[in-house]
Amino acid sequence: MNHLLILPILLPAVVGALLVLAARHDGVLARTFAVASTVLLLAIAVALLVLASDGQVRSYALGAWPAPFGIVLALDRLAALMLVLNAVLGLGVLLYAIGGWDQRGKHFHPLFQFELMGINGAFLTGDFFNLFVFFEILLIASYGLMVHGGGGLRVKAGVQYVVTNLVGSSVFLIAVGMIYNVTGTLNMADLARIVPQVPAADQALLQTGAVLLLLVFAVKAALVPLHFWLPGTYANAPGPVAALFAIMTKVGAYSILRLYVLAFGADAGAAAWLAAPWLLPAGLLTLVLGMTGVLAARSLGQMASFAVIGSMGMLLATVAVFTPQATSAALYYLIHSTLAAGALFLVADLVAERRGAQRDRFAAAPRIAQGGLVGGLFFVAAIAMTGMPPLSGFIGKLLVLDGVRASAHAAWFWALILTTSLIAIVGFARAGSFVFWKPHALPAAPASAYRPDGALSFVAVGGLLACLVLLTVFAGPVHAWLELVAAQLYAPAGYIDAVLGTAQGVR
Amino acid sequence: MEFLVASAIGVMTAAGIYMVLRARTFPVVIGLSLLTYATNLFLFATGRLAIGQPPVISAAATGYIDPLPQALVLTAIVISFGMTAVVVVMSLRAYLETGNDHVDLPGDASPEAAEDDWKLRARKPAPAAARGGRGERA
Repeated sequence: MNHLLILPILLPAVVGALLVLAARHDGVLARTFAVASTVLLLAIAVALLVLASDGQVRSYALGAWPAPFGIVLALDRLAALMLVLNAVLGLGVLLYAIGGWDQRGKHFHPLFQFELMGINGAFLTGDFFNLFVFFEILLIASYGLMVHGGGGLRVKAGVQYVVTNLVGSSVFLIAVGMIYNVTGTLNMADLARIVPQVPAADQALLQTGAVLLLLVFAVKAALVPLHFWLPGTYANAPGPVAALFAIMTKVGAYSILRLYVLAFGADAGAAAWLAAPWLLPAGLLTLVLGMTGVLAARSLGQMASFAVIGSMGMLLATVAVFTPQATSAALYYLIHSTLAAGALFLVADLVAERRGAQRDRFAAAPRIAQGGLVGGLFFVAAIAMTGMPPLSGFIGKLLVLDGVRASAHAAWFWALILTTSLIAIVGFARAGSFVFWKPHALPAAPASAYRPDGALSFVAVGGLLACLVLLTVFAGPVHAWLELVAAQLYAPAGYIDAVLGTAQGVR
Repeated sequence: MEFLVASAIGVMTAAGIYMVLRARTFPVVIGLSLLTYATNLFLFATGRLAIGQPPVISAAATGYIDPLPQALVLTAIVISFGMTAVVVVMSLRAYLETGNDHVDLPGDASPEAAEDDWKLRARKPAPAAARGGRGERA
């Protein structure tokens, strides 16, 4: 057992608790600890990525309880990739928040660490009741972060968000209960072993449970028709928090990819590829609705939210093809869209901070301070998000278009992706010209309303955008590695042996 | 017994869903509580309904009852209890900050919410400031 596996969960948990106890009243100390912890987390995630790159799945039995009985963590290439992505986005968002947002309410840094802990846990766990617990941890932290800074509208949107997710949690438990009732296990690898042997009489119950579980992940991933909570939540959340939430939708996508390839994949007998017929049309519908929403949005935050919904639609529709080629393309797009959405929310916040009472709404407002720089950052983020050349969004879309060619529904993919790209470009162009060009026709405003940001905010946004540039430049090697990730994912025997094999080793 | 438990879960779920769909926060909180009760009972029932069976292995026993769902229920109860507290506090805060208990955001198409949410409308910040409420841009 390699103890490095537990560290991405343990480190933020300990630092989060320390921050609550010791650094509650000391802003500088809290910032120092938070940044140190997140940098360390990134280092650990990279170490795990290097560790996982050899293609071996590693499992970590908590309390040394053997696998189907105790809770295990499992690290494969996909989990390691998601850990690194979480740490990179987390670091960028944290640096931005230190620009001022973290002081507008209490306990930002502890909640942030607990959020990272919950997300890391969801990526690492190999047990789906434990997945529920980590979902709750990341949600509880996100409830606090969502209403950080207060304000009537934000708290109200927060209540909607909490209620939606509590209903989701109830459905999660019912689904877990149904699957446990049929299979008698909560371990995902053990589930993959048992599902093919489930008798025909129990199939209805098992498949109902599995589809209910898909429903819960779809709520998290903002899949139509369960996307309705996202625009209100993301557009009303504090900018950096909305940027961090960009990875929370990916937790839903990751869970779908993990469970429905492992346990309900090719070997699942009567329940094989259970998710595909639901996921594919819903994903394409989400893509259309999201990108149309970009055109209809009334503020930058809302527009970024709908862009997230659209990108989730494209991601999940591509996942729903369930071939290694499509999945490697979807993973490339996942990395890209997480970082691009994070950067876009931060840019929207930069704009909102500078426009006074108009915030980021598409309404007439005077010119903003540092308009050239902010406008340039928006331009880059918009190019990335709409998938225009030269940035990684373009490569991601090309890979997706190429990856789904073998699918029977390829014509739908091509038509919808290309059309919605155009719609998104129009939406972003309209937003950019409204916010950055039209003010030049208005008289300049008194300068008093501007709160000049430190350089740190720009470093954070620039850092995230630089990651996108790196992703573009190294697209070849990254995609080659992602093909290995997909290949490992679609050969679940390795995962099952690694998780259950430790059980025999201990006994 | 199966009929009784099943119908109890069904009735509580139905009532919970009805309440969650109400437009004000208090019935929604009650609805969430009912939903979590139904869920907990459902989870408990996944271990099969049996009376007088031992949960752990004993040489004298003729049958066993699965103890794991009870452990799951315990976790679920703790989490749902905590979450109910969170949603109560957030509803209260939303009520205190906005002066009403509607679930809908202003601007959403609900006649009830539109009726008295004019105070919240972001384009008219003046009434909120006059009321002494803390606006979003405080």
